[in-house]
Amino acid sequence: MMRRRAALVVRTAILASSIVLLEIGCRSGLVDSLAVIPPSDMVASMVDQIGSGELNASIATTFSTILLAFGLAVVLGTAGGALIHRLPRLRDVADPLLASYYSVPTFIFYPLLVALLGLGKAPLVVLGILSAAPAVVISMLSGLDSVAPVLMKLARVHRLSPARTLWWIVLPAALPHLFTGFKLALSYALIGVIAGEFILSGTGLGYAISFAYQSFDNRTMYGVMLFVLLVAVVANGILYVWEGRLARRRSRG
Amino acid sequence: MSDLSLENAQSGPAARRRVRAFDAIVLVLAMLALWQAIGSWTHGVAVSPPLQTLTYLSGLLRTWMFWDHAAATLEAFVLAFVLSALIGLALGLLFGVRRFAGEVAEPILAGFYTIPKVTLYPVVLLLFGLGMSAKVAFGVMHGLVPMTLFTLGAVRNLPPVLVRTARVLRLSPERTMRWVLLPACLPDIVNGLRISFSLSFLGVLIGEMFSSQRGLGFLLVNGMAQHNVPLSTAVVTVIVAVAIVANTLMLRAGRRFARRPDAVAK
Repeated sequence: MMRRRAALVVRTAILASSIVLLEIGCRSGLVDSLAVIPPSDMVASMVDQIGSGELNASIATTFSTILLAFGLAVVLGTAGGALIHRLPRLRDVADPLLASYYSVPTFIFYPLLVALLGLGKAPLVVLGILSAAPAVVISMLSGLDSVAPVLMKLARVHRLSPARTLWWIVLPAALPHLFTGFKLALSYALIGVIAGEFILSGTGLGYAISFAYQSFDNRTMYGVMLFVLLVAVVANGILYVWEGRLARRRSRG
Repeated sequence: MSDLSLENAQSGPAARRRVRAFDAIVLVLAMLALWQAIGSWTHGVAVSPPLQTLTYLSGLLRTWMFWDHAAATLEAFVLAFVLSALIGLALGLLFGVRRFAGEVAEPILAGFYTIPKVTLYPVVLLLFGLGMSAKVAFGVMHGLVPMTLFTLGAVRNLPPVLVRTARVLRLSPERTMRWVLLPACLPDIVNGLRISFSLSFLGVLIGEMFSSQRGLGFLLVNGMAQHNVPLSTAVVTVIVAVAIVANTLMLRAGRRFARRPDAVAK
Protein backbone atom coordinates (compact mmCIF):
# COMPACT_ATOMS: atom_id res chain seq x y z
CA MET A 1 0.00 0.00 0.00
CA MET A 2 2.82 2.37 0.95
CA ARG A 3 4.56 1.43 -2.23
CA ARG A 4 1.51 2.17 -4.33
CA ARG A 5 1.10 5.55 -2.72
CA ALA A 6 4.77 6.31 -3.30
CA ALA A 7 4.39 5.34 -6.98
CA LEU A 8 1.37 7.63 -7.23
CA VAL A 9 3.30 10.53 -5.72
CA VAL A 10 6.29 10.01 -8.02
CA ARG A 11 3.99 9.68 -11.04
CA THR A 12 2.15 12.90 -10.21
CA ALA A 13 5.45 14.67 -9.64
CA ILE A 14 6.80 13.52 -13.01
CA LEU A 15 3.67 14.60 -14.88
CA ALA A 16 3.48 17.93 -13.07
CA SER A 17 7.14 18.73 -13.61
CA SER A 18 6.95 17.89 -17.31
CA ILE A 19 4.04 20.32 -17.64
CA VAL A 20 6.02 22.98 -15.77
CA LEU A 21 9.09 22.30 -17.94
CA LEU A 22 6.99 22.65 -21.09
CA GLU A 23 5.58 25.92 -19.76
CA ILE A 24 9.08 27.25 -19.05
CA GLY A 25 10.36 25.98 -22.40
CA CYS A 26 7.57 27.73 -24.29
CA ARG A 27 7.83 30.99 -22.34
CA SER A 28 11.59 31.18 -22.70
CA GLY A 29 11.48 30.42 -26.43
CA LEU A 30 13.34 27.10 -26.21
CA VAL A 31 10.30 25.41 -27.76
CA ASP A 32 9.10 26.86 -31.03
CA SER A 33 6.03 28.94 -30.17
CA LEU A 34 4.62 28.23 -33.64
CA ALA A 35 4.59 24.52 -32.83
CA VAL A 36 3.55 24.30 -29.19
CA ILE A 37 1.82 26.87 -27.03
CA PRO A 38 2.36 27.03 -23.26
CA PRO A 39 0.10 24.65 -21.26
CA SER A 40 -1.47 27.56 -19.37
CA ASP A 41 -2.60 29.03 -22.72
CA MET A 42 -4.05 25.65 -23.71
CA VAL A 43 -6.14 25.58 -20.54
CA ALA A 44 -7.19 29.22 -21.02
CA SER A 45 -8.21 28.51 -24.61
CA MET A 46 -10.19 25.44 -23.56
CA VAL A 47 -12.01 27.39 -20.84
CA ASP A 48 -12.73 30.26 -23.28
CA GLN A 49 -14.19 28.00 -25.90
CA ILE A 50 -16.33 26.02 -23.53
CA GLY A 51 -17.47 29.16 -21.71
CA SER A 52 -18.42 30.96 -24.91
CA GLY A 53 -20.49 27.99 -26.09
CA GLU A 54 -18.67 27.83 -29.45
CA LEU A 55 -18.03 24.16 -28.95
CA ASN A 56 -21.51 23.17 -27.74
CA ALA A 57 -22.71 21.98 -31.13
CA SER A 58 -19.53 20.00 -31.79
CA ILE A 59 -19.60 18.45 -28.33
CA ALA A 60 -23.22 17.40 -28.77
CA THR A 61 -22.60 15.86 -32.22
CA THR A 62 -19.45 14.02 -31.25
CA PHE A 63 -20.70 12.56 -28.00
CA SER A 64 -24.08 11.55 -29.35
CA THR A 65 -22.28 9.77 -32.21
CA ILE A 66 -19.90 8.03 -29.81
CA LEU A 67 -22.72 6.95 -27.49
CA LEU A 68 -24.82 5.68 -30.38
CA ALA A 69 -21.89 3.70 -31.78
CA PHE A 70 -20.99 2.36 -28.34
CA GLY A 71 -24.58 1.36 -27.51
CA LEU A 72 -25.07 -0.42 -30.82
CA ALA A 73 -21.69 -2.11 -30.50
CA VAL A 74 -22.63 -3.41 -27.05
CA VAL A 75 -26.00 -4.72 -28.20
CA LEU A 76 -24.70 -6.26 -31.44
CA GLY A 77 -21.54 -7.54 -29.77
CA THR A 78 -23.25 -9.31 -26.88
CA ALA A 79 -25.90 -10.79 -29.18
CA GLY A 80 -23.24 -11.88 -31.68
CA GLY A 81 -21.05 -13.31 -28.93
CA ALA A 82 -23.94 -15.29 -27.46
CA LEU A 83 -24.86 -16.61 -30.91
CA ILE A 84 -21.30 -17.65 -31.75
CA HIS A 85 -21.02 -19.32 -28.34
CA ARG A 86 -24.13 -21.38 -29.00
CA LEU A 87 -22.94 -22.64 -32.39
CA PRO A 88 -19.58 -24.46 -32.20
CA ARG A 89 -19.30 -24.74 -35.97
CA LEU A 90 -19.71 -21.01 -36.37
CA ARG A 91 -17.20 -20.53 -33.59
CA ASP A 92 -14.58 -22.63 -35.35
CA VAL A 93 -14.62 -20.25 -38.30
CA ALA A 94 -15.17 -17.11 -36.26
CA ASP A 95 -12.23 -17.57 -33.88
CA PRO A 96 -9.45 -17.06 -36.45
CA LEU A 97 -11.38 -14.08 -37.87
CA LEU A 98 -11.65 -12.47 -34.46
CA ALA A 99 -7.99 -13.20 -33.74
CA SER A 100 -6.84 -11.22 -36.75
CA TYR A 101 -9.64 -8.64 -36.82
CA TYR A 102 -7.76 -5.95 -34.93
CA SER A 103 -4.69 -6.34 -37.10
CA VAL A 104 -6.65 -4.84 -39.97
CA PRO A 105 -6.66 -1.06 -39.73
CA THR A 106 -10.49 -0.75 -39.74
CA PHE A 107 -10.04 2.93 -40.24
CA ILE A 108 -9.17 2.52 -43.94
CA PHE A 109 -12.80 1.52 -44.57
CA TYR A 110 -13.90 5.00 -43.55
CA PRO A 111 -13.56 6.62 -47.02
CA LEU A 112 -15.56 3.73 -48.47
CA LEU A 113 -18.20 4.18 -45.78
CA VAL A 114 -18.44 7.88 -46.55
CA ALA A 115 -18.97 7.10 -50.21
CA LEU A 116 -21.54 4.49 -49.29
CA LEU A 117 -23.54 6.38 -46.67
CA GLY A 118 -22.79 10.00 -47.40
CA LEU A 119 -20.96 12.50 -45.23
CA GLY A 120 -22.64 12.72 -41.85
CA LYS A 121 -23.37 10.74 -38.76
CA ALA A 122 -24.03 7.37 -40.41
CA PRO A 123 -20.49 6.50 -41.61
CA LEU A 124 -19.05 7.61 -38.25
CA VAL A 125 -21.48 5.41 -36.33
CA VAL A 126 -20.70 2.45 -38.57
CA LEU A 127 -16.96 3.08 -38.19
CA GLY A 128 -17.39 3.23 -34.41
CA ILE A 129 -19.33 -0.04 -34.41
CA LEU A 130 -16.77 -1.70 -36.69
CA SER A 131 -13.98 -0.78 -34.28
CA ALA A 132 -15.86 -1.50 -31.03
CA ALA A 133 -18.21 -4.45 -31.59
CA PRO A 134 -15.56 -7.20 -32.10
CA ALA A 135 -14.04 -6.33 -28.71
CA VAL A 136 -17.46 -6.95 -27.13
CA VAL A 137 -17.85 -10.22 -29.07
CA ILE A 138 -14.42 -11.43 -27.91
CA SER A 139 -15.09 -10.54 -24.28
CA MET A 140 -18.57 -12.08 -24.40
CA LEU A 141 -17.05 -15.32 -25.68
CA SER A 142 -14.37 -15.46 -23.02
CA GLY A 143 -16.96 -14.48 -20.40
CA LEU A 144 -19.31 -17.29 -21.41
CA ASP A 145 -16.38 -19.71 -21.54
CA SER A 146 -15.42 -18.76 -18.02
CA VAL A 147 -18.78 -19.70 -16.48
CA ALA A 148 -17.92 -22.74 -14.35
CA PRO A 149 -19.87 -25.92 -15.27
CA VAL A 150 -20.85 -26.30 -11.63
CA LEU A 151 -22.81 -23.06 -11.84
CA MET A 152 -24.78 -24.33 -14.80
CA LYS A 153 -25.47 -27.53 -12.88
CA LEU A 154 -26.65 -25.43 -9.98
CA ALA A 155 -29.07 -23.65 -12.30
CA ARG A 156 -30.37 -26.97 -13.50
CA VAL A 157 -30.80 -28.25 -9.96
CA HIS A 158 -32.83 -25.18 -9.13
CA ARG A 159 -34.80 -25.63 -12.35
CA LEU A 160 -34.22 -22.05 -13.44
CA SER A 161 -35.76 -21.00 -16.72
CA PRO A 162 -33.25 -20.05 -19.46
CA ALA A 163 -33.97 -16.35 -18.92
CA ARG A 164 -33.43 -16.58 -15.17
CA THR A 165 -30.30 -18.69 -15.69
CA LEU A 166 -28.97 -15.96 -17.91
CA TRP A 167 -29.84 -13.18 -15.47
CA TRP A 168 -28.88 -14.85 -12.17
CA ILE A 169 -26.04 -17.17 -13.16
CA VAL A 170 -24.43 -16.48 -16.53
CA LEU A 171 -24.32 -12.69 -16.51
CA PRO A 172 -22.87 -12.27 -13.00
CA ALA A 173 -20.25 -14.94 -13.71
CA ALA A 174 -19.28 -13.43 -17.05
CA LEU A 175 -19.41 -9.84 -15.86
CA PRO A 176 -15.69 -9.18 -15.29
CA HIS A 177 -14.87 -10.26 -18.86
CA LEU A 178 -17.81 -8.34 -20.27
CA PHE A 179 -16.79 -5.25 -18.40
CA THR A 180 -13.29 -5.35 -19.90
CA GLY A 181 -14.93 -5.64 -23.31
CA PHE A 182 -17.22 -2.66 -22.68
CA LYS A 183 -14.28 -0.60 -21.50
CA LEU A 184 -12.32 -1.40 -24.65
CA ALA A 185 -15.41 -0.82 -26.78
CA LEU A 186 -15.90 2.66 -25.35
CA SER A 187 -12.34 3.71 -26.02
CA TYR A 188 -12.37 2.16 -29.51
CA ALA A 189 -15.66 3.89 -30.36
CA LEU A 190 -14.22 7.17 -29.10
CA ILE A 191 -11.03 6.74 -31.11
CA GLY A 192 -12.89 5.65 -34.26
CA VAL A 193 -15.42 8.47 -34.23
CA ILE A 194 -12.94 11.24 -33.45
CA ALA A 195 -10.43 9.92 -36.01
CA GLY A 196 -13.18 9.80 -38.62
CA GLU A 197 -14.24 13.36 -37.87
CA PHE A 198 -10.62 14.41 -38.00
CA ILE A 199 -9.85 12.96 -41.44
CA LEU A 200 -13.07 13.58 -43.34
CA SER A 201 -16.14 15.26 -41.88
CA GLY A 202 -17.92 18.56 -41.51
CA THR A 203 -18.85 18.52 -37.84
CA GLY A 204 -17.70 17.45 -34.42
CA LEU A 205 -14.68 17.88 -32.19
CA GLY A 206 -12.29 15.98 -34.46
CA TYR A 207 -13.27 18.26 -37.32
CA ALA A 208 -12.82 21.33 -35.07
CA ILE A 209 -9.22 20.26 -34.40
CA SER A 210 -8.34 19.60 -38.02
CA PHE A 211 -10.09 22.81 -39.13
CA ALA A 212 -8.12 24.85 -36.59
CA TYR A 213 -4.90 23.14 -37.72
CA GLN A 214 -5.56 23.91 -41.34
CA SER A 215 -6.33 27.56 -40.60
CA PHE A 216 -3.14 27.89 -38.48
CA ASP A 217 -5.22 28.68 -35.39
CA ASN A 218 -2.98 26.92 -32.88
CA ARG A 219 -4.63 28.37 -29.80
CA THR A 220 -8.05 26.99 -30.72
CA MET A 221 -6.52 23.72 -31.85
CA TYR A 222 -4.71 23.10 -28.57
CA GLY A 223 -7.78 24.11 -26.55
CA VAL A 224 -10.06 21.59 -28.30
CA MET A 225 -7.35 18.96 -28.26
CA LEU A 226 -6.89 19.32 -24.51
CA PHE A 227 -10.64 19.03 -24.01
CA VAL A 228 -10.88 15.83 -26.06
CA LEU A 229 -7.92 14.26 -24.28
CA LEU A 230 -9.26 15.22 -20.86
CA VAL A 231 -12.65 13.70 -21.64
CA ALA A 232 -11.00 10.49 -22.89
CA VAL A 233 -8.76 10.22 -19.83
CA VAL A 234 -11.62 10.94 -17.41
CA ALA A 235 -13.99 8.46 -19.10
CA ASN A 236 -11.35 5.72 -19.06
CA GLY A 237 -10.42 6.57 -15.49
CA ILE A 238 -14.02 6.26 -14.28
CA LEU A 239 -14.39 2.87 -15.95
CA TYR A 240 -11.06 1.74 -14.51
CA VAL A 241 -12.08 2.66 -10.96
CA TRP A 242 -15.51 1.10 -11.41
CA GLU A 243 -13.96 -2.11 -12.72
CA GLY A 244 -11.65 -2.26 -9.70
CA ARG A 245 -14.60 -1.82 -7.37
CA LEU A 246 -16.55 -4.60 -9.12
CA ALA A 247 -13.55 -6.91 -8.87
CA ARG A 248 -13.16 -6.17 -5.16
CA ARG A 249 -16.84 -6.82 -4.51
CA ARG A 250 -16.53 -10.14 -6.31
CA SER A 251 -13.50 -11.24 -4.36
CA ARG A 252 -15.35 -10.47 -1.13
CA GLY A 253 -18.02 -12.85 -2.34
CA MET B 1 -24.48 -27.70 -27.80
CA SER B 2 -22.51 -30.30 -25.86
CA ASP B 3 -24.04 -33.04 -28.01
CA LEU B 4 -22.66 -31.48 -31.14
CA SER B 5 -19.11 -31.17 -29.83
CA LEU B 6 -19.27 -34.75 -28.60
CA GLU B 7 -20.29 -35.92 -32.03
CA ASN B 8 -17.40 -34.02 -33.58
CA ALA B 9 -14.94 -35.51 -31.13
CA GLN B 10 -16.17 -39.00 -31.93
CA SER B 11 -15.93 -38.63 -35.67
CA GLY B 12 -12.20 -37.96 -35.33
CA PRO B 13 -9.94 -34.98 -35.88
CA ALA B 14 -9.65 -35.53 -39.65
CA ALA B 15 -13.40 -35.31 -40.17
CA ARG B 16 -13.59 -32.32 -37.90
CA ARG B 17 -10.86 -30.59 -39.88
CA ARG B 18 -12.80 -31.31 -43.07
CA VAL B 19 -15.95 -29.77 -41.59
CA ARG B 20 -13.95 -26.77 -40.49
CA ALA B 21 -12.36 -26.30 -43.93
CA PHE B 22 -15.79 -26.55 -45.51
CA ASP B 23 -17.17 -23.94 -43.12
CA ALA B 24 -14.22 -21.65 -43.78
CA ILE B 25 -14.82 -21.86 -47.54
CA VAL B 26 -18.52 -21.12 -47.02
CA LEU B 27 -17.58 -18.10 -44.92
CA VAL B 28 -15.18 -16.76 -47.54
CA LEU B 29 -17.81 -17.22 -50.25
CA ALA B 30 -20.41 -15.47 -48.08
CA MET B 31 -18.06 -12.51 -47.60
CA LEU B 32 -17.35 -12.31 -51.33
CA ALA B 33 -21.11 -12.42 -51.98
CA LEU B 34 -21.65 -9.60 -49.50
CA TRP B 35 -18.91 -7.56 -51.16
CA GLN B 36 -20.49 -8.24 -54.57
CA ALA B 37 -23.94 -7.33 -53.21
CA ILE B 38 -22.74 -3.99 -51.80
CA GLY B 39 -20.94 -3.31 -55.06
CA SER B 40 -23.89 -3.97 -57.32
CA TRP B 41 -26.46 -2.50 -54.93
CA THR B 42 -24.68 0.88 -54.96
CA HIS B 43 -23.85 0.53 -58.68
CA GLY B 44 -20.17 0.79 -57.84
CA VAL B 45 -20.21 4.36 -56.51
CA ALA B 46 -18.67 3.34 -53.19
CA VAL B 47 -17.18 -0.11 -53.57
CA SER B 48 -16.26 -1.88 -56.76
CA PRO B 49 -17.24 -5.58 -56.97
CA PRO B 50 -14.59 -8.26 -56.22
CA LEU B 51 -13.86 -9.36 -59.77
CA GLN B 52 -13.56 -5.84 -61.13
CA THR B 53 -11.34 -4.89 -58.18
CA LEU B 54 -9.01 -7.83 -58.77
CA THR B 55 -8.74 -7.04 -62.48
CA TYR B 56 -8.00 -3.42 -61.66
CA LEU B 57 -5.52 -4.49 -58.99
CA SER B 58 -3.56 -6.72 -61.34
CA GLY B 59 -3.24 -3.76 -63.69
CA LEU B 60 -2.34 -1.46 -60.82
CA LEU B 61 0.41 -3.79 -59.61
CA ARG B 62 2.12 -3.36 -62.98
CA THR B 63 2.27 0.43 -62.73
CA TRP B 64 5.33 2.21 -61.44
CA MET B 65 3.11 4.73 -59.60
CA PHE B 66 1.65 2.11 -57.28
CA TRP B 67 5.04 0.74 -56.21
CA ASP B 68 6.28 4.26 -55.59
CA HIS B 69 3.45 4.84 -53.12
CA ALA B 70 3.82 1.37 -51.63
CA ALA B 71 7.55 1.96 -51.13
CA ALA B 72 6.84 5.23 -49.31
CA THR B 73 4.43 3.49 -46.94
CA LEU B 74 6.78 0.56 -46.48
CA GLU B 75 9.74 2.80 -45.65
CA ALA B 76 7.77 4.79 -43.05
CA PHE B 77 6.26 1.63 -41.62
CA VAL B 78 9.51 -0.32 -41.33
CA LEU B 79 11.20 2.61 -39.58
CA ALA B 80 8.24 3.08 -37.22
CA PHE B 81 7.96 -0.62 -36.44
CA VAL B 82 11.67 -1.17 -35.82
CA LEU B 83 11.87 1.91 -33.59
CA SER B 84 8.73 0.90 -31.64
CA ALA B 85 9.97 -2.66 -31.22
CA LEU B 86 13.48 -1.80 -30.06
CA ILE B 87 12.58 1.11 -27.78
CA GLY B 88 9.53 -0.74 -26.45
CA LEU B 89 11.58 -3.85 -25.71
CA ALA B 90 14.25 -1.86 -23.88
CA LEU B 91 11.70 0.16 -21.88
CA GLY B 92 9.62 -2.93 -21.10
CA LEU B 93 12.64 -4.87 -19.81
CA LEU B 94 13.76 -1.86 -17.78
CA PHE B 95 10.34 -1.25 -16.23
CA GLY B 96 9.89 -4.96 -15.65
CA VAL B 97 13.18 -5.39 -13.82
CA ARG B 98 12.97 -2.12 -11.89
CA ARG B 99 9.64 -2.76 -10.21
CA PHE B 100 9.14 0.71 -8.79
CA ALA B 101 9.84 2.46 -12.11
CA GLY B 102 7.36 0.03 -13.65
CA GLU B 103 4.67 0.90 -11.11
CA VAL B 104 5.22 4.58 -11.79
CA ALA B 105 5.22 4.24 -15.58
CA GLU B 106 2.51 1.66 -16.25
CA PRO B 107 -0.61 3.80 -15.62
CA ILE B 108 0.86 6.63 -17.69
CA LEU B 109 1.50 4.23 -20.58
CA ALA B 110 -1.91 2.55 -20.24
CA GLY B 111 -3.59 5.96 -20.19
CA PHE B 112 -1.72 7.04 -23.30
CA TYR B 113 -2.72 3.78 -24.99
CA THR B 114 -6.47 4.54 -24.70
CA ILE B 115 -6.55 8.19 -25.73
CA PRO B 116 -7.47 9.10 -29.32
CA LYS B 117 -3.94 9.74 -30.54
CA VAL B 118 -5.18 11.01 -33.88
CA THR B 119 -6.00 14.33 -32.20
CA LEU B 120 -2.28 14.69 -31.50
CA TYR B 121 -1.32 14.33 -35.14
CA PRO B 122 -1.33 18.11 -35.77
CA VAL B 123 1.22 18.50 -32.97
CA VAL B 124 3.40 15.84 -34.60
CA LEU B 125 3.08 17.69 -37.92
CA LEU B 126 4.00 21.00 -36.30
CA LEU B 127 7.02 19.47 -34.57
CA PHE B 128 8.33 17.28 -37.40
CA GLY B 129 7.01 19.05 -40.48
CA LEU B 130 5.16 17.42 -43.35
CA GLY B 131 6.78 14.30 -44.67
CA MET B 132 8.44 11.06 -43.72
CA SER B 133 9.54 11.89 -40.18
CA ALA B 134 6.04 12.91 -39.06
CA LYS B 135 4.58 9.64 -40.37
CA VAL B 136 7.29 7.64 -38.63
CA ALA B 137 6.80 9.53 -35.37
CA PHE B 138 3.07 8.95 -35.52
CA GLY B 139 3.60 5.24 -36.21
CA VAL B 140 5.94 5.02 -33.21
CA MET B 141 3.35 6.79 -31.03
CA HIS B 142 0.93 3.97 -31.83
CA GLY B 143 3.34 1.05 -31.75
CA LEU B 144 5.64 1.87 -28.85
CA VAL B 145 3.21 1.60 -25.92
CA PRO B 146 1.79 -1.90 -26.61
CA MET B 147 5.31 -3.26 -27.10
CA THR B 148 6.40 -1.75 -23.79
CA LEU B 149 3.32 -2.97 -21.91
CA PHE B 150 3.56 -6.52 -23.25
CA THR B 151 7.26 -6.82 -22.42
CA LEU B 152 6.67 -5.29 -19.00
CA GLY B 153 3.87 -7.75 -18.28
CA ALA B 154 5.98 -10.68 -19.45
CA VAL B 155 8.90 -9.78 -17.19
CA ARG B 156 6.64 -9.09 -14.24
CA ASN B 157 4.80 -12.41 -14.53
CA LEU B 158 8.01 -14.36 -14.81
CA PRO B 159 8.17 -17.34 -12.41
CA PRO B 160 10.42 -16.12 -9.59
CA VAL B 161 12.31 -19.41 -9.64
CA LEU B 162 13.96 -18.40 -12.92
CA VAL B 163 15.37 -15.20 -11.50
CA ARG B 164 16.51 -17.06 -8.39
CA THR B 165 18.24 -19.69 -10.52
CA ALA B 166 20.03 -16.96 -12.41
CA ARG B 167 21.14 -15.50 -9.08
CA VAL B 168 22.30 -18.89 -7.83
CA LEU B 169 24.32 -19.37 -10.99
CA ARG B 170 25.74 -15.87 -10.44
CA LEU B 171 24.92 -14.71 -13.93
CA SER B 172 25.82 -11.12 -14.67
CA PRO B 173 22.81 -8.80 -15.39
CA GLU B 174 23.59 -8.92 -19.12
CA ARG B 175 23.73 -12.70 -19.19
CA THR B 176 20.57 -12.94 -17.06
CA MET B 177 18.90 -10.75 -19.65
CA ARG B 178 20.25 -12.75 -22.58
CA TRP B 179 19.85 -16.29 -21.26
CA VAL B 180 16.95 -16.09 -18.81
CA LEU B 181 14.69 -13.07 -19.28
CA LEU B 182 14.57 -12.90 -23.08
CA PRO B 183 13.89 -16.60 -23.75
CA ALA B 184 11.29 -16.82 -20.98
CA CYS B 185 9.44 -13.75 -22.24
CA LEU B 186 9.67 -14.64 -25.92
CA PRO B 187 6.03 -15.72 -26.51
CA ASP B 188 4.72 -12.52 -24.92
CA ILE B 189 7.28 -10.45 -26.78
CA VAL B 190 6.13 -11.95 -30.08
CA ASN B 191 2.55 -11.05 -29.11
CA GLY B 192 3.66 -7.52 -28.33
CA LEU B 193 5.42 -7.35 -31.69
CA ARG B 194 2.22 -8.46 -33.38
CA ILE B 195 0.09 -5.75 -31.77
CA SER B 196 2.82 -3.18 -32.26
CA PHE B 197 3.07 -4.20 -35.93
CA SER B 198 -0.60 -3.57 -36.65
CA LEU B 199 -0.80 -0.37 -34.64
CA SER B 200 2.27 1.25 -36.16
CA PHE B 201 0.89 0.27 -39.58
CA LEU B 202 -2.37 2.01 -38.61
CA GLY B 203 -0.47 5.08 -37.39
CA VAL B 204 1.47 5.40 -40.63
CA LEU B 205 -1.68 4.97 -42.73
CA ILE B 206 -3.66 7.56 -40.75
CA GLY B 207 -0.73 9.94 -41.10
CA GLU B 208 -0.78 9.44 -44.86
CA MET B 209 -4.54 9.83 -45.05
CA PHE B 210 -4.55 13.15 -43.23
CA SER B 211 -1.87 15.08 -44.97
CA SER B 212 0.65 13.54 -47.25
CA GLN B 213 1.43 13.41 -50.93
CA ARG B 214 2.74 9.88 -51.04
CA GLY B 215 1.92 6.45 -49.69
CA LEU B 216 -0.97 4.02 -49.79
CA GLY B 217 -3.07 6.07 -47.35
CA PHE B 218 -2.77 9.06 -49.67
CA LEU B 219 -3.60 6.87 -52.66
CA LEU B 220 -6.76 5.68 -50.91
CA VAL B 221 -8.02 9.15 -49.99
CA ASN B 222 -7.02 10.47 -53.39
CA GLY B 223 -8.88 7.65 -55.16
CA MET B 224 -11.95 8.57 -53.15
CA ALA B 225 -11.61 12.28 -53.92
CA GLN B 226 -11.28 11.58 -57.66
CA HIS B 227 -14.23 9.15 -57.58
CA ASN B 228 -11.87 6.43 -58.73
CA VAL B 229 -13.74 3.69 -56.86
CA PRO B 230 -11.75 0.68 -58.20
CA LEU B 231 -8.52 2.37 -57.12
CA SER B 232 -9.61 2.95 -53.53
CA THR B 233 -11.20 -0.49 -53.24
CA ALA B 234 -8.02 -2.08 -54.62
CA VAL B 235 -5.84 -0.17 -52.13
CA VAL B 236 -8.09 -1.24 -49.24
CA THR B 237 -7.87 -4.85 -50.46
CA VAL B 238 -4.07 -4.73 -50.56
CA ILE B 239 -3.86 -3.23 -47.05
CA VAL B 240 -6.28 -5.76 -45.57
CA ALA B 241 -4.47 -8.66 -47.23
CA VAL B 242 -1.05 -7.51 -45.99
CA ALA B 243 -2.37 -6.97 -42.46
CA ILE B 244 -4.05 -10.38 -42.24
CA VAL B 245 -1.08 -12.30 -43.69
CA ALA B 246 1.41 -10.57 -41.37
CA ASN B 247 -0.81 -11.11 -38.35
CA THR B 248 -1.36 -14.80 -39.14
CA LEU B 249 2.37 -15.41 -39.54
CA MET B 250 3.13 -13.71 -36.24
CA LEU B 251 0.33 -15.58 -34.44
CA ARG B 252 1.86 -18.84 -35.67
CA ALA B 253 5.35 -17.77 -34.59
CA GLY B 254 4.03 -16.84 -31.14
CA ARG B 255 2.34 -20.21 -30.75
CA ARG B 256 5.45 -22.03 -31.86
CA PHE B 257 7.58 -20.24 -29.27
CA ALA B 258 5.00 -20.91 -26.60
CA ARG B 259 5.05 -24.63 -27.44
CA ARG B 260 8.81 -25.04 -27.62
CA PRO B 261 10.00 -27.88 -25.37
CA ASP B 262 12.35 -25.58 -23.48
CA ALA B 263 9.64 -22.96 -23.03
CA VAL B 264 8.70 -22.14 -19.48
CA ALA B 265 5.41 -23.55 -18.28
CA LYS B 266 3.49 -20.74 -16.69
